[in-house]
Amino acid sequence: MSLKKKTYWKGIEELKNDTDFIKKSQNEFPEYLPIKGSMENSRRDFLKMMGFGIAAASVAACEAPVRKAIPYVNKPVEIDPSIPNYYASSYSMGSDYCSVVVKTREGRPIKIEGNTLSTVSGGGTTAQVESSILTLYDKERLKGPLLDGKETDWKNIDDYVLGKLEKIKSSGKKVYVLSNSISSPSSQNIIDDFIYNYNGTHVEYDQLSYHGMLEANNSSFGIRKLPFYDFSKAKIIVSFGYDFLGSSFNNNLFNKQFAESRRVNRNQKKMSRLYSFESNLTITGANADHRIPIKSLESPIYITKLYNVLADKIGKTKINIDKFSDAIDNDVINNVASDLLKNAGKSIVISGSNDKYVQIVVNMINDLLDNFGITIDFNKAYNIRKGNDSKMNSFLSDLSNKNVGSVLFLNCNPLYDNYLAPKIKIGIESVDMKISTSDRLDETSILCDVIIPNSHFLESWNDFEPIENHYSFSQPTIGKLFNTRQYQETLLLWSGFKNTYYDYLQDAWKKVYEKTQTNKSFQSFWDRLLHDGVFELNNESKEINYKSSTSFSELTSWVNALKNSSKFELSTYQNLSVADGIQSNNPWLQEMPDPISKVCWDNYISVNPKDAEKLNVETGDMTTQVLSFNINDSNYKLPVVIQPGQAQGTFGVALGYGRKFSGPVGDDVGVNAYLMLNSNSKYQNLTVDGIELTNINESYRIAQTQTHHTIMGRESIIQETSLSEYIKDENSGKYEFKVATSKGLKKPEAITLWKGHEYPNHHWVMSIDLNSCTGCGACTVACQVENNVPVVGKEEVLNRREMAWIRIDRYYSSDVDVHDFKGLENASENPDVTFQPMMCQHCNNAPCETVCPVAATTHSTEGLNQMVYNRCIGTRYCANNCPYKVRRFNWFKYHDNKQFDKNSSMNNDLGKMVLNPDVTVRSRGVMEKCSFCVQRIQAGKLQAKKEKRRPIDGEINVACASACPSQALVFGDIKDKESKIYKLLKIEGSDKTTLNVGEERAYNVLQEIRVSPNVWYLRKVRNKKAV
Amino acid sequence: MHVESKLREPLITGGKNLHDISRDVSRRVEEKPSLSWFAALSVSLLMLSVGGYAVYRTLWDGIGMWGLNKTIGWAWDITNFVWWVGIGHAGTLISAILLLFRQRWRMSINRAAEAMTIFAVICAAMFPMLHMGRLWVGFFWALPLPNTYGSLWVNFASPLLWDVFAISTYFSVSLVFWYIGLIPDFATIRDRAKLSGKKVSAYIYGVLSLGWDGAAKTWSRYETVALVLAALATPLVLSVHSIVSMDFATSVIPGWHTTIFPPYFVAGAIFSGFAMVLTLLIITRKVYKLEDYITIRHLELMNIIIIVTGSIVGIAYITELFMAWYSGVEYEQYAFYNRVTGPYWWAYASMMTCNVISPQLFWFKRIRTNIAATFIISIIVNIGMWFERFVIIVTSLHRDYLPSSWAMFYPTFYDVGMYLFSFGFFFTAYLLFSKYFPVINMHEMKSILKPTGDKIKTK
Repeated sequence: MSLKKKTYWKGIEELKNDTDFIKKSQNEFPEYLPIKGSMENSRRDFLKMMGFGIAAASVAACEAPVRKAIPYVNKPVEIDPSIPNYYASSYSMGSDYCSVVVKTREGRPIKIEGNTLSTVSGGGTTAQVESSILTLYDKERLKGPLLDGKETDWKNIDDYVLGKLEKIKSSGKKVYVLSNSISSPSSQNIIDDFIYNYNGTHVEYDQLSYHGMLEANNSSFGIRKLPFYDFSKAKIIVSFGYDFLGSSFNNNLFNKQFAESRRVNRNQKKMSRLYSFESNLTITGANADHRIPIKSLESPIYITKLYNVLADKIGKTKINIDKFSDAIDNDVINNVASDLLKNAGKSIVISGSNDKYVQIVVNMINDLLDNFGITIDFNKAYNIRKGNDSKMNSFLSDLSNKNVGSVLFLNCNPLYDNYLAPKIKIGIESVDMKISTSDRLDETSILCDVIIPNSHFLESWNDFEPIENHYSFSQPTIGKLFNTRQYQETLLLWSGFKNTYYDYLQDAWKKVYEKTQTNKSFQSFWDRLLHDGVFELNNESKEINYKSSTSFSELTSWVNALKNSSKFELSTYQNLSVADGIQSNNPWLQEMPDPISKVCWDNYISVNPKDAEKLNVETGDMTTQVLSFNINDSNYKLPVVIQPGQAQGTFGVALGYGRKFSGPVGDDVGVNAYLMLNSNSKYQNLTVDGIELTNINESYRIAQTQTHHTIMGRESIIQETSLSEYIKDENSGKYEFKVATSKGLKKPEAITLWKGHEYPNHHWVMSIDLNSCTGCGACTVACQVENNVPVVGKEEVLNRREMAWIRIDRYYSSDVDVHDFKGLENASENPDVTFQPMMCQHCNNAPCETVCPVAATTHSTEGLNQMVYNRCIGTRYCANNCPYKVRRFNWFKYHDNKQFDKNSSMNNDLGKMVLNPDVTVRSRGVMEKCSFCVQRIQAGKLQAKKEKRRPIDGEINVACASACPSQALVFGDIKDKESKIYKLLKIEGSDKTTLNVGEERAYNVLQEIRVSPNVWYLRKVRNKKAV
Repeated sequence: MHVESKLREPLITGGKNLHDISRDVSRRVEEKPSLSWFAALSVSLLMLSVGGYAVYRTLWDGIGMWGLNKTIGWAWDITNFVWWVGIGHAGTLISAILLLFRQRWRMSINRAAEAMTIFAVICAAMFPMLHMGRLWVGFFWALPLPNTYGSLWVNFASPLLWDVFAISTYFSVSLVFWYIGLIPDFATIRDRAKLSGKKVSAYIYGVLSLGWDGAAKTWSRYETVALVLAALATPLVLSVHSIVSMDFATSVIPGWHTTIFPPYFVAGAIFSGFAMVLTLLIITRKVYKLEDYITIRHLELMNIIIIVTGSIVGIAYITELFMAWYSGVEYEQYAFYNRVTGPYWWAYASMMTCNVISPQLFWFKRIRTNIAATFIISIIVNIGMWFERFVIIVTSLHRDYLPSSWAMFYPTFYDVGMYLFSFGFFFTAYLLFSKYFPVINMHEMKSILKPTGDKIKTK
């Protein structure tokens, strides 16, 4: 082997001594460079190209990661990017109903508003209605049908079910269809067809049962329905433990009617008086002129006594209740009775009891007072609550007899929210086929073999008849997000129908169309229906007479069977946030504070302060203790909240919590109070008696958004007067602050140093009537949806960092002298309650604007205090200097952050679909606050500008005001002299520094610091009976 | 030539001559760092790194790491800021105002006091920076820089912007003043290093001394510059804390909105500044054996300033209470009622005890000339001054106008960590200063050796 120098060839060409190659190899770049032109290209060109190439490559590499976005190939005519479309539809969850208008952007629903055309729901919304839009985008929803827990396709599952159903039919076993109250006539027909085919039974139940009331009406009127209550016509309202403003079946409308009966001004100095007898402090009690805390167990005695007093005065037969002559406060009942008698035919007596006999006595009272046909009308009976506890019990006995072949749970979750749940759970083990149409794996569907996930109501066609002859529609506002099928389609298929539910619906409506006898074509009739979302047929007034069908001896024996207890009584209730618990996995509801206790992310035991003292409850700042009690051998441990106004000897626990299978947000929040109810009772009884509470001395951190409950004697925050004073003087109760100067006392505006702002075009102002606001909190959720306000979770609420732009401050009255600062911190034992919605006051002399070092918050030429997120550097000086403490800081990044996964509208792709594209999702480190929905103002102005006109009043409305069922919030432009706000506040003129408001009740909160807010509050007027 | 009464106590003891001064001061720069110095530096660096973690988490995760909430938007951050700015008042006061008043006793303490001022101002400036939600933009948006946003400008009406100007001006003037004073002493060290053949230090201190030649003309220019800077710095001593106080005084929050704040804050600043000077110098003179230059008389004179300013502060506290009552404004009344008896009563009580009661002990000559007592009280005063700012900020915010928003503030580890970070920085900087820079102004000491040295006095 020679040590010859190794040769490396540049390529095969060199080895072969290719001539062409050798010639080229002399050049510096032997290969042909693909630069334009010929070989004459200079090195400079190469360097130029290379330089450009490198630069281009690096620029390309800097580009943001590619996100998948699919543009329209052909733009649908009805969709214009950035222009919202509105569809009339109907909210329906559980037994609840609300007529709504859905705002969609680029094909996805982003906001639900009330349908102002509806006479059933009155145009407002509730917190649940507002929140339901996020439930549509809940990632816990099932993505397709499940058979024995495994994903499958529709054909498979339908074949399986039909096969089984045939077998069950031939075996003679029963088929049960369980649902909440169905107020949809077409759905009801479909269910009826199905049960006819399979020898089935349809059982309806409600989370809060109205069985007693329905049965009583059945016996008094022969109609098993709830009548139409008109609180707006009532002068005297007496409620016995019925939270008609809160957890009732149509609280939306009730709030509206109630507010109407209490709207006062200089020309109308009349208002209703509300008496509330209740154990828990509900918002009905909080809005009552007289609230009488009583045990729920005593309620029937009070009602009977009231009947007796009235019957005595009118000269009718009394019910013998001598046994309880000492048990109750006769003076109160006599007062109530005299008020009622003075207003016979203009009053409502109502009770929340589910005991048929109680409701019979209530009917007897209303009959004595001639209220039927006037304030209580059976001609317009409700279909929203039809639940039948007796049928549930017979279902249960069929279960225990192993006589049930199949149960179909139609959008209901009785294993969680029915008082019979423990028994049903045992009973259904023997059922051959359990079918659920739940949208998720919940407490019931997890035990089912077949799950056919129902589409969300925003993806479905449906019709409703919440009140007889008052119709309403549901139309899909988005294509189905998942492989779901609305149950109507399923049942049609199983009953052998070939057509779709849409066709079925239309066919059904052709029959109604024929009744209307219009000249228009069916298509235009149909289009009109879908456009308006509601339709009313003329009611033929039927003569519905009260007939006394219950004998007095029966009533007497019922009364005498009543018992009094010396131990604690538990009163369960639904609150206004999570309510029945169906939408537990909705973080907006979980974080919405209870209107009374201001607690969120928990349910709790509420006790009277005196009882708390007996139990040695120690509470601190955001901390409390855990109480424990036993019901039927089950032990429950809940944190305690000391609640002024809670009847002594009672405690309250909210239903709707303690879900086990709702999703990561709602699971294990609080304790399931449905389980506390007596499952041996023939009907659902919300009261449980004879409980012993013990303090187990365990401390617990409870998240409250407000921990000080009185106004500390500060009259410039809450002003109130009484009706009798108001009649004498419209200015009564006015707190006027004067500044002492060398020239005597002056109004703050007279000596202002501010130059004021000029508002050449618009001047946006809001008024909030404290007399109308019932504290329901719909506005707070509406704002959260509209403005992409994040949810922060329990831990951050404990750190007092909730982000709500609008909150409702709830104040209790205090008995002590205004100079006793320590004593003022404590509420009265049975306090008067005031709700005060509080948001950015859009001050004309805004303290926040002057202190921002970078001018990130500025004043607009329309009176708005604007927040420029992009400019904000987050010094928080503005928030410190805000006297109303309405500014909210982004302490963390709340979007795309695993730490805040409960904020599901910003932390998963599905949830993000709910975000309003017109509103920035704020980054960490910036301040935010109410903007008066500036995006809506802007959109309204643009629309008007395009049409070369000024915006019309009502066209531009803020989210909170449009949600408000009682219309306590009014928003508008006071430059428009025809506007509602201009007239409401009776504007008498303005200069640069002062707005002259003629309305006597109007005042600014903290008027003396002269920040000159653009939000005006109208003084609260209470209608207490003169003693 | 300055002539002083023999009745006055000598300002330099121990029979020092000019060479002794150079030697005693420069020796500390020239010798190898001691073990105790290393130990102290390690502790400081540890504080710096633990605090650094808190800073990192705050910047990475957000201000939410602190205990602030919707009601209380400032707490430890601005408390620390005002506290450090206050401490940063002594140095310039000593070197500028006392220079103008021809107080010779300032000469032995002004160097260290000025260094402390500069470090304290840096510590102070940290907090307004770090308390911003978006430091990365706030860093330059808070400055009136030309930009591409059209007419977008800073808000000159905002006291926070005034702070930016006040602090940056004060810092630059203090830094220049301090450095100019150091130049002749750097030259001394340079010359000594040259003589002993240390080339590296001769070079470094040569650069630092900017070619000081000690010529009469140079001295003359030096004196002029010092006097001009002193005149410039004097109003700053008063203005900086006045402006800082306006962060509160111009607001609408009861407890903040008071016209008494500017003088009250300046007095408080001098009060805490002197206390910090005392704390540091008592240790420095002991460790560096500088008892002959920083004498008991120096300490006593500073203690007297503490009594005066402490009493002013005390009067201010009582005036606030009186005004709250006299004004008849219910919010104001409640704010002060709550300060004294509310959930933060202990903070108010600590403030009163530390700031008003403890300095009154200095009325006793035995106490004000006792080093241990002085040391303890100087620390107590600074604890009290921290509480003063905490009380003003947190108790005013936590219960202001609407009771619905009333809340409590609880600090987290990260609040404490930020404070620790500033301490870590401060001590690290001070340790480096005391090792590598002359802690006593040599050339000025030499100028007073003749009239006030004990040799002459005892003659």
